[in-house]
Amino acid sequence: MVKAAIGAAVSIKMIKLLFFARIKERLGKSEMTIDFVANQSLQTLTQGLIEKHGDEWQILLEPDTVFSCNQRVVDRDLIVADGDEVAYFPPVTGG
Amino acid sequence: MSDHNSALQHTTADIHILVQSEPFDLSDEMLQLQNSVDQQDQEVGAISSFTGQVRSAEEDQSAMDKSGQLLALSIEHYPGMTEKSLLETCQLANKRWPFKACRVLHRVGYLTVGQPIVLVLVAASHREQAMKACEFIIDHLKTAAPFWKKAIFENTAEWVETKSSDQLAIKRWQE
Repeated sequence: MVKAAIGAAVSIKMIKLLFFARIKERLGKSEMTIDFVANQSLQTLTQGLIEKHGDEWQILLEPDTVFSCNQRVVDRDLIVADGDEVAYFPPVTGG
Repeated sequence: MSDHNSALQHTTADIHILVQSEPFDLSDEMLQLQNSVDQQDQEVGAISSFTGQVRSAEEDQSAMDKSGQLLALSIEHYPGMTEKSLLETCQLANKRWPFKACRVLHRVGYLTVGQPIVLVLVAASHREQAMKACEFIIDHLKTAAPFWKKAIFENTAEWVETKSSDQLAIKRWQE
């Protein structure tokens, strides 16, 4: 029983969040991890972040904010999986 | 660069992606491209190149009056995703205009006015593939690769906004 409890503790389900450019500056952080919740879309996950952290975080849901999951640009209705790497960034300006 | 290796299994072209803060030398990079072509024993009749550099004058004069002279650009990126995105861009180009080798180098960090930012080199059998692929790669990376520029002026600093001309430039390839 003890062994099972340790096993459960090790496999805590997490989502990694990354922030870039003006979003990173606004939030004052470049990354964080949050608990994974099953059957949650990026939109819902992000609304949860705003409710928890306050109005500054509204920038995440601005129309031009780009969402990526595991380093691919995705739609906001994507259902997040355990261990995913989610990033929020403004439109790109390289080249 | 495991993605790079897996890409090589799907295409005969030799694609090199580099993201670095250090300056680059065009002739050195050209030599590297030539070496990779020689190693494959490929016949190349055309090499095209594009270099982008930090402009001194901003097009928006009123913004310049307010902010002072542009001193530099500070460029950040999303490590990992950047390389994947650039590789995909080159693969897309290679499908439409098959080339033998290509080299894309993008700098990050603090770049003062006049310094080179990006280099695209394409080696192909004929000039049409080389020139079209080169042009497509720079147009595509501007709207796809996760880089962000911050303009550092004398009096202030601000994130560079996307240009509608860049969106139009990529749209013309979709026809």
